[in-house]
Amino acid sequence: MKILLFGITREITGQSRIDVPAQAGVTTVKGLKSWLAQQYPAMQGLTSLAVAVDSEYAQDEDVLNPEHEIALIPPVSGG
Amino acid sequence: MLIKLVEHIDLNEAYAYLHSNEAGAVNLFVGTVRNHSKGKAVVRLDFEAYDAMAIRQMEHLAKQAFEKWPLVKLAIIHAVGAKEPGAPVVVIGVSSAHRDASFEACRFLIDELKKTVPIWKKEFYQDNSVWVNAHP
Repeated sequence: MKILLFGITREITGQSRIDVPAQAGVTTVKGLKSWLAQQYPAMQGLTSLAVAVDSEYAQDEDVLNPEHEIALIPPVSGG
Repeated sequence: MLIKLVEHIDLNEAYAYLHSNEAGAVNLFVGTVRNHSKGKAVVRLDFEAYDAMAIRQMEHLAKQAFEKWPLVKLAIIHAVGAKEPGAPVVVIGVSSAHRDASFEACRFLIDELKKTVPIWKKEFYQDNSVWVNAHP
């Protein structure tokens, strides 16, 4: 499952896109956040971390489909 | 409505779009780069956007504004890339028959943009830089 990264999450991982291996067993937004926290402890220091699916904010219990465009949304600061 | 991400903001383009003979008010909010932040001199801001989602979320806000107020036209333009102090980085523009609607809608749009639209800014000081809002 591929995840797009922006802003500080791109800097934390050093990549603009990461691949969550199938054996990680990530199926939900909540599961993805737990996996990220383990892989990249610096993510836990962020004010917030949201997940977007096909350009809409997703909820923790939402199931992730690798066919969709999935992205991490660290705290926004536009304007 | 006019919604887009650009390298350089053109205020005249926004005004030209918003102008209408049906409108008695055109409200234009321009967000600019401040040369200081929390006591430190800011030399530059870098803006990064998740383009597709940013446009989608700005469209949602525009739709909400059209539902809440009787608006004639609406524009949301946000800059991406490196911006120096003084440069415009966001324009929110609304035209309406009477001024109350355009003032209120303009305020709503910039406040909500700052909460939900996936755009990030990195502040550069003389000696270091930080992603704004990233850490508590």
